[in-house]
Amino acid sequence: MSTATQHGVVDQKDSSLKLKRIAAEMRTVLDVRGVVTEHEQLRTYECDGLTGYRVVPGLVVLPETTEQVQAVVRACWREGVPFVARGSGTGLSGGALPVAEGVLIVLTRMRRILEVDLPNQRVIVEPGVINLWVTQKVVPDGYYYAPDPSSQLVCSIGGNVAENSGGAHCLKYGFTTNHVLGLEVVLPDGEIVNLGGKALDTPGYDLVGAFVGSEGTLGIATKITLRIVRKPETVQTLLAAFDSMDEAGGVVSDVIAGGIVPAAVEMMDHLSIQAAEAAVHAGYPLDAGGLLIVELDGPAAEVERQFEFVERACKQHNASMIRIAANDEERVLMWKGRKSAFAAVGRISPDYYVQDGVIPRTALPQVLREIADLGAKSGIRVANVFHAGDGNLHPLVLYDGDVEGEAERAEHVAGEILSVCLRHGGSITGEHGVGEDKKKYMPRMFTTEDLDTMQLLRCAFDPLRLSNPGKVFPTPRLCGEVPGHHRTHPLERAGLAEIF
Amino acid sequence: MDATLAVDCFAELVGADYVRPACPSDAIDGVVPTCVVEPSGVEEVSEVLRAASERGLKVAPRGGGTQLTLGGPPESLDIVLSLARLDRLLDHAAGDLVAHVEAGMPMGRLAALLADAGQQLALDGGGTVGGVIAANTSGPRRLRNGMTRDLLIGITVVLADGTITKAGGRVVKNVAGYDLCKLYTGSLGTLGVIVEAVFRLHPLLEATRTVRIETTNPSKAGEVVQAILHSSLVLSSLELEAATSRDDSTLVAIFEGVEAGVEAQAATLVQLVGAHGRAEIVTEIADSAVEPERPVAPTTIKVSVGPAALPAVLRTAREATSLVGLDARVHGHAASGVTYVELPEADARAHADVVAALRRRLGSMGGSVVVVRAPLAVKQIADVWGEVGDALLLMRRVKARFDPARTLNPGRFVGGI
Repeated sequence: MSTATQHGVVDQKDSSLKLKRIAAEMRTVLDVRGVVTEHEQLRTYECDGLTGYRVVPGLVVLPETTEQVQAVVRACWREGVPFVARGSGTGLSGGALPVAEGVLIVLTRMRRILEVDLPNQRVIVEPGVINLWVTQKVVPDGYYYAPDPSSQLVCSIGGNVAENSGGAHCLKYGFTTNHVLGLEVVLPDGEIVNLGGKALDTPGYDLVGAFVGSEGTLGIATKITLRIVRKPETVQTLLAAFDSMDEAGGVVSDVIAGGIVPAAVEMMDHLSIQAAEAAVHAGYPLDAGGLLIVELDGPAAEVERQFEFVERACKQHNASMIRIAANDEERVLMWKGRKSAFAAVGRISPDYYVQDGVIPRTALPQVLREIADLGAKSGIRVANVFHAGDGNLHPLVLYDGDVEGEAERAEHVAGEILSVCLRHGGSITGEHGVGEDKKKYMPRMFTTEDLDTMQLLRCAFDPLRLSNPGKVFPTPRLCGEVPGHHRTHPLERAGLAEIF
Repeated sequence: MDATLAVDCFAELVGADYVRPACPSDAIDGVVPTCVVEPSGVEEVSEVLRAASERGLKVAPRGGGTQLTLGGPPESLDIVLSLARLDRLLDHAAGDLVAHVEAGMPMGRLAALLADAGQQLALDGGGTVGGVIAANTSGPRRLRNGMTRDLLIGITVVLADGTITKAGGRVVKNVAGYDLCKLYTGSLGTLGVIVEAVFRLHPLLEATRTVRIETTNPSKAGEVVQAILHSSLVLSSLELEAATSRDDSTLVAIFEGVEAGVEAQAATLVQLVGAHGRAEIVTEIADSAVEPERPVAPTTIKVSVGPAALPAVLRTAREATSLVGLDARVHGHAASGVTYVELPEADARAHADVVAALRRRLGSMGGSVVVVRAPLAVKQIADVWGEVGDALLLMRRVKARFDPARTLNPGRFVGGI
């Protein structure tokens, strides 16, 4: 995983000297807990939520303030040492995978909620603040923070910003990017910039929009201004079981065609129902071929009308069971099985791999058949959990790492699933990010010109490519290199035109 | 470049029928281009841009031409690149609530096409699809549906050197690669020419109710907006109509949804307003409450602050205009914190003074004051964009990477980008 160099030994010595210099400098800036250099302690940080990739970082620092983040980033810039920012480490694409010759900047000690501004419906937080804390802070006043990734009990807002995290409710309420209005960012050269703010329509380029979801490659967000939303008047949740996934999918099509935008629509197949039920006993029927959770929220009279429609659709598609949550407790239980589905497959398989493909929703029946074929051909079991409203599939590819060749076959199946998604006009990732894991698939989705254009943004922010290098893009050009299509302007060449 | 030479050069690329020498009405802030070129598709846009940048010509992309007042005067201008012929709906995947359109598609025509399937692109805005994206225009319904940045899921852009490049995709949920859709949105054509867009759609809603609320002074208007924001009502829009010559103002709330829902919500709102103002359900509404923003006054200033600052904006607008003896119309999207101040005919200095006074008093509130339309004389005194803060250097670096020769709209964007 280390960056390949032609003069490995010399460079390793050189980089370890640089790291030592940075560590010494950081000890003057941070307290004793803030600088980690012991190998055993460094190993704690060797991976994020995608444990298949492991790299022990050269140095770990845990700053407590923006100025401390700035100090370590400046030192990295000066020494030409790469750095990787990390929040709670729950990411599922290896986005926070450390660099062996680099610094891991862990933001878990920056976890203050700096301001709650109810009249303007904004909350300003530090990056280490846990997603759910924002909602907990404002729920007594009738508000919540909408993006709700399954890991919201532990994942950080800074990590959500890096990954543009979604969640079950983003069909109606949008993703992290729709809820972040302002950022204080430490750029890779150590400069601090303020992007956006509490007000909407900030003049200039929407660099907040460009930064959110950039997977830590454009700098480190140290302050984040969030939009909070008012709790809906009513929430109604329904659980329905079907003999087949086609029937469950038919309900989703009917609901969407009926002009309803549900707060959430989740689907699980037979295998994931088995796993979830074994793990958390949510009361899912074990014999069902497909399970649907539909949640509607909003004004009571509207939800009531639309909920009748959903129930009717379930019946028309021969639901074998329809259960309606009578209270918050029952709703939480319905969701518990779904939200713990990833971990639950651990009950039925020693190892598993979570995929994150997206397809146009209407392609669902066809794609499910193709995934089933892939599983049957390779002898690898695939459990399917997905956000059915927006076509975001989470196939769980099950394997046993102790059986020779199975891990490779599982990886192959996982890759083929993404090819299926792309063939149907979808995406290789809906919410987990590209990170380390999926960068090799980027050229299947984008042309060289598309990827080079993304590098233009990267180079504006991080010309030395020190911020989370090696992630997202398969083989980025150096920023000095001129892409094939670019022609130097004659005046520029002659030194006559001023380029800023 | 000589006009005849330019016309000949581009006629080779797009055909003689689609190049013409420019006339005074093609000018942007008084800068008249040499010619107007109308390519037929993405490939021709690419060829035109490559030819233009090789010759060091400056290019202004143009859609419906409804937002040409936005931005500073161009430093220079050779070609107006009209997207009028890129006007096709390429795909409408109704089951997926997604539409793929060319940038020159008029918004009105798109709305009619989508309505056949009971769907809509939930953005208010006249002109063309590309223009709405580039100028980041918005309207009353942004409250419920968001803006371009919330609905644009894929984009094709031709860079100044002719490179055709895509970002995003055709699915609503997608985090692969940088979200350049957001970078291009509101970039006023300074990073590339938008040629195609993919949007998330919404169902058309069957019923509407309108509630008109009269308030007696800015504080009361602020109270009503706060009461609505902190309720669980779901409004499609909440528009303010006021004037600096008067204390009172009108708020118009629109609900969209199912019949029973909007009926109940409208009734709840009337109760909620209570003592803060006088509210009634109405059947006829002023155009201004439903029309997209399209600046019409000689000088139109857009103020954006947190929604809680509405009373401060109203008072400041009154003070700023009374200093120069002007009465202004003040209106906008009250729940989003976006207000427009429309100044009547007066000398440029007076208009610039109002802009300066608004910036002085509202600047400390973390908002922005942008002149979205003004005569050239006003633009020459007042920076139309105002301060952009410490991010300007980074914005310049982005521009320098995407359009190093400054081919596209030079001088029109923030900080003279």
